[in-house]
Amino acid sequence: MNSSPETNTEVLLARNLSTVFPGPDGILRVLNKLTFRIREGEFLAVLGPSGCGKSTLLRLMAGLLRPTSGEILYRGLPIREPLPDTGIVFQKANLMPWRTVWENIFLPLEVAGITPQESKERVRQMIELVGLEGFENTLPRDLSGGMAQRVAIARALINNASLLLLDEPFGSLDALTREQMEFELLRIWQAHRITAVLVTHSISEAILLADRILVLTPRPAQIQLDLEVNLPRPRQQNLRYTPEFAYLASQLHTAILERI
Amino acid sequence: MDLTFPGKVARKSLRRLRRQEIVVIPLSILLFVFLWEMIHRFSGLPAFILPGPQQVWLRFWGAVLDGSLLRHTWVTLAEVLIGLFLGALIASALGYLLAKSPTIERWLSPYIVASQAIPIVAIAPLLVIWLPTGLYSKILICALIVFFPILINTLIGLRSVPDDLRDLMRSLRANRWQTFRLLEVPAALPVLFGGLRIGAALAVIGAVVGEFVGADRGLGFLINVGRGQFDTSLVFVAVFSLIFMALALYGVVILLELRFLRWQKRNDQTDLLVEKR
Ligand SMILES: Nc1ncnc2c1ncn2[C@@H]1O[C@H](COP(=O)(O)OP(=O)(O)O)[C@@H](O)[C@H]1O
Ligand SMILES: [Mg+2]
Repeated sequence: MNSSPETNTEVLLARNLSTVFPGPDGILRVLNKLTFRIREGEFLAVLGPSGCGKSTLLRLMAGLLRPTSGEILYRGLPIREPLPDTGIVFQKANLMPWRTVWENIFLPLEVAGITPQESKERVRQMIELVGLEGFENTLPRDLSGGMAQRVAIARALINNASLLLLDEPFGSLDALTREQMEFELLRIWQAHRITAVLVTHSISEAILLADRILVLTPRPAQIQLDLEVNLPRPRQQNLRYTPEFAYLASQLHTAILERI
Repeated sequence: MDLTFPGKVARKSLRRLRRQEIVVIPLSILLFVFLWEMIHRFSGLPAFILPGPQQVWLRFWGAVLDGSLLRHTWVTLAEVLIGLFLGALIASALGYLLAKSPTIERWLSPYIVASQAIPIVAIAPLLVIWLPTGLYSKILICALIVFFPILINTLIGLRSVPDDLRDLMRSLRANRWQTFRLLEVPAALPVLFGGLRIGAALAVIGAVVGEFVGADRGLGFLINVGRGQFDTSLVFVAVFSLIFMALALYGVVILLELRFLRWQKRNDQTDLLVEKR
């Protein structure tokens, strides 16, 4: 459990958050009056069936989308546009294929107007953090899926992000790589003490990583369950096989199945 | 980025040239010349209808030595390069505008599509009449003929930029210019080069058409002269020069692609001479 004093500082607050898209027959109601808050340093997992609006919720937090109604506040201020201290990891690694690993990680600094010379040390640290030493000059086409996501994580963190948004980052990886990456992410999150929001549709991923899990209903998504994960940290792989884990998993399972 | 281009890339691409092709290409040229000679010899056609390889070869050296071939080639090449450059520049700029603004696209696209229905060859005489004598009309014809394919490819290229990468740039708070330079240009470049290849071939045609209509210089003019004087060998020399020019331009575009699209997996039918990696 995370018991540092800042734990109770609120970083993000959503109040009656709703999103509607123009749909095939009129309107498509995607998010329906979500109200929740995220504490400083918390690892929040958002769990829900596909198509329920998880990515939409993340885009709202990223400032890439404005809510149709309701409000979403970051440190007390409405999110109207992408904020400088937010890092995003997309579902597919979303790297620029013409840039090497080094250049992809450097991109946020380049956009911020920092020269490659000034960035060398910072990029080197990030490459070390995600364990990609020796691949600096590799092009994305020569990376495995897991390595590509490492680059994406490094790119999301290099601007000293204090809010990390991850949209099913490991969804396209094979099971073993996925488990490995989950623990990499835990290690990185612990090292940086940042707030993380992870969208996933894997129950075990949510329990292994998160302090708290929001379960969304099918579209239009509402919060069905807001579950604290009171499992000790640092967490180990064998946590999966404990009764506490099984209990949480069955609770989540029931909640999800109830609504389908 | 290293600046060794084009030497290094050229050497690399030569190395990639399949050994098979190093043998096959000269062989096929030899076979062509041989067949040509046979037809020339046994068909009994007079030289002003079908000159033999030897006559053309001698005429070629004649034109090289008196400087005329180089002079005319240079004129045509200048028209092609300037026309291609201007046409590509304006077409890609307009393509960018159209891709950015649906309103502009809605207003302009009927005219752009309609402009394709006008055969450039048919309006070439008008352009030659309207514009001052010299290279201007030919440059304009080249520019017009390359305009459409490059415009379309710019549009397709910009539309092919992945939405997720656009979101990424937005989340990094990149401005318009950064998005253009860091995302749109590199992402659209492969398709743009496709347009440039087509444009390079078309520009040569454009220049010749312009010269046919009215010129006192250039390879198209040389063809007219040869025809008028029943100097058919000269016509052949000019035609071969044009073929070489088109091939050389195509080769330059491919070298540029090798230089700027090194990140791409070469996977395709695009290269006639360059081996798959
Ligand atoms: N920009 C958009 N315009 C219209 N419909 C959208 C848009 N973005 C998402 N949707 C629709 O909203 C629903 C939820 O999408 P999304 O948030 O991506 O779901 P999830 O990530 O949970 O799978 C889907 O039905 C999707 O088609
Ligand atoms: Mg999604």
